[in-house]
Amino acid sequence: MKKLSARRRHPLAAVVVLLLALAATGGLYTAFAPASKAKADESAQSLTIEEGKKLYEVGCASCHGAGGQGTTDGPSLVGVGAAAVDFQVGTGRMPAQQPGAQVPRKKVIYTQAEIDQLAAYIASLGAGPSVPTKNQYSPEGADIAKGGELFRTNCAQCHNFTGKGGALTHGKFAPDLEGVQPKHIYEAMQTGPQNMPSFPDTVMPEKAKKDIIGYLNAVNSDQTKNPGGLELGGLGPVSEGLFAWIFGLGALVVVAVWVAARTAKAKKS
Amino acid sequence: MSTTASNPTRSRGKAPAGEKLADWADGRLGIYSLAKANMRKIFPDHWSFMLGEVCLYSFLIIILTGVYLTLFFHPSMNEVVYHGSYVPLQGQLMSEAFNSTLHISFEVRGGLLIRQIHHWAALVFLAGMFVHMMRVFFTGAFRKPREVNWLFGFLLFVLGMFTGFTGYSLPDDLLSGTGVRFMEGAILSVPIIGTYISFFLFGGEFPGHDFVARFYSIHILLLPGIMLGLVVGHLILVFYHKHTQFAGPGKTNNNVVGMPLLPVYMAKAGGFFFLVFGAIAAIAAIAQINPIWAIGPYRPDQVSTGAQPDWYMGMAEGLIRAMPGWEINFWGHTLVLGVFIPLVLFGVVLIAIALYPFIEAWVTGDKREHHILDRPRNAPTRTAFGAAWIAWYFVLLVGGGNDLWATHFHLSINAITWFVRIAFFVVPVLTFIVTKRICLSLQRRDRDKVLHGRESGIIKRLPHGEFIEVHEPLSQEQLYTLTAHHQYEPVEIGPTVDENGVERKVKGTEKLRAKLSRAYYGEGNQIAKPTVEEYKEITSGHGHH
Repeated sequence: MKKLSARRRHPLAAVVVLLLALAATGGLYTAFAPASKAKADESAQSLTIEEGKKLYEVGCASCHGAGGQGTTDGPSLVGVGAAAVDFQVGTGRMPAQQPGAQVPRKKVIYTQAEIDQLAAYIASLGAGPSVPTKNQYSPEGADIAKGGELFRTNCAQCHNFTGKGGALTHGKFAPDLEGVQPKHIYEAMQTGPQNMPSFPDTVMPEKAKKDIIGYLNAVNSDQTKNPGGLELGGLGPVSEGLFAWIFGLGALVVVAVWVAARTAKAKKS
Repeated sequence: MSTTASNPTRSRGKAPAGEKLADWADGRLGIYSLAKANMRKIFPDHWSFMLGEVCLYSFLIIILTGVYLTLFFHPSMNEVVYHGSYVPLQGQLMSEAFNSTLHISFEVRGGLLIRQIHHWAALVFLAGMFVHMMRVFFTGAFRKPREVNWLFGFLLFVLGMFTGFTGYSLPDDLLSGTGVRFMEGAILSVPIIGTYISFFLFGGEFPGHDFVARFYSIHILLLPGIMLGLVVGHLILVFYHKHTQFAGPGKTNNNVVGMPLLPVYMAKAGGFFFLVFGAIAAIAAIAQINPIWAIGPYRPDQVSTGAQPDWYMGMAEGLIRAMPGWEINFWGHTLVLGVFIPLVLFGVVLIAIALYPFIEAWVTGDKREHHILDRPRNAPTRTAFGAAWIAWYFVLLVGGGNDLWATHFHLSINAITWFVRIAFFVVPVLTFIVTKRICLSLQRRDRDKVLHGRESGIIKRLPHGEFIEVHEPLSQEQLYTLTAHHQYEPVEIGPTVDENGVERKVKGTEKLRAKLSRAYYGEGNQIAKPTVEEYKEITSGHGHH
């Protein structure tokens, strides 16, 4: 107590007291403030849908139609569900920049709140898969080995052994899965975006999806432990062959030129 | 009696231990006469003559590392549950072969490095043989007396391809299993006997339980054994024929100019071995190859995109991918032309490579020995053939990797396949024409240099105002080097009617030979090299050049 009272006239004492007071009020407020979530009711929900509809009319309606019924430029969105919107807009694929074989991943232009509003609006048009919860898609608790087996059985044909991506017909492609958020992988399986087949829970149960996400997280993310040196893109023998020719044989030819250029001087006899 | 009385060596004291050992060995192995005959063997110096050494050394590296791998590999297809240290596969069912390869990669000390050296060295070995063969082809080193050695080398290349393929299949991973399935499909496409061969090879339906063990003995015993014998034969023939050399002053068809085997060449070659080993080991330490743990164990119901063979089988892959999926059905039998035609083409191409030296010898009708190498430009038609073949091969490699070209260059895979189908026919022809023209223009340039000298870049103004460029005459050595090559005359059929007016029957092969000969050496297919008279006339006359 003596220490404290000795410092009560310290130049910073007032600041410390102020901070403590603010922390106390803030803490008390958070502790006792009425829970806003419990109040989330019909009106908040409909407000979100309203907002989503506004966003839809600006960013999506030109291709998908004013009521989401679809046009020649874009499919109907009735019944695609919130998960599809969260995936397409959340990975930047939608709104599309230009028509083509496939709409690629690009910079996300909506905030998550806006995406949620859009998703709510689309979900209101017809029943469809909803956005998964963190519990569903988190790689924690997944059976990685089982996920690997499922991945090789269901996904590797297009996405390669470890999800490096691959080519499909006519310029379409299965993208590289590195750096894709678990939530988006889950939604992609659930909704089957673009050229991908969908894997609803009846075909691939929730647990299997989680296992696949766990496997991808283990073999194709920045935490992947991959011994043996540079991966060369993980694309298999083509990149290995190219490397062997350029750096293997190339280096050896350079060495051969070097050795051949250094010759012993013949003795004059 | 005469030697023991007054032995001069005895007086100089005891012979050193090395000499004693050598004497001992000579008494039993006759090494002195062997050494006397071979120690001063001359090898010419040129970097391209060392490409064969790259192959030899990488072959040795493959054998050394391969022996280490056999100590830990279990060539068995018994199913086991994985309990090793690689978490994403724990609890999975896999064959013992795959399990032991994982064990080599993760638990055996130095196992992964040795595996990677083995595999990288195999890729370099095949690439080295490819380039070595091209060197021999483009310089005409396959001509008499070396045709048999060309065949030995060719066999080494083909056997190397299949040794590589069987080795790639051993770990029984999803990638190589797809490759084996591909091979099974190719075998099945052979009419009548295909099914029997497949059942014989796999011990029943694919994949069965036998192929890893069978491929294992083919991969480590049968094929390398034959290859080792061929390598020895190849080297003996190199010794026997002596090495070829490029034309130059002092170099004739009857001598070899270079360094003696001992000590110079032996030191160089020995050092080069360690350089090759070092380079391959460095690559194996830097870059991953065939990460089977990421690929997963083979199961016939699974397949991945990006499933390609190692590069030397890329030609076969390209043929299959580019070929339309034709098939003929009759009387309940299917003839899968989409697979069978590529298989036949693959064989035809290989046979054509093997036979080329004999074809060219037949066209030229040349029975002499050749120890002086051609400069590629001086054999335009041969060079054009070679270049066309390489271009064709590259087109097929593009076809074999069409999916990666599609994803990396944002192209349509269908467009690439169609490009390959057209380029398969068009690109070799274009390459042939362009290469031949380049060779001919290089010949013209050589002729120009011999007759008028080298352009010095110095512009001189004459008193009457004319500007001329000063040409420096070439040295005697350079003149010799540029004009040393032999130029063939095209073969003529000769008169078809003899002096009595009796018609002689000209055989079809004779006509073909004359036609080919004209294509090789006829007018417009080579530029006549300057004669001594031409040279004298130009250099002695008006000296403004």
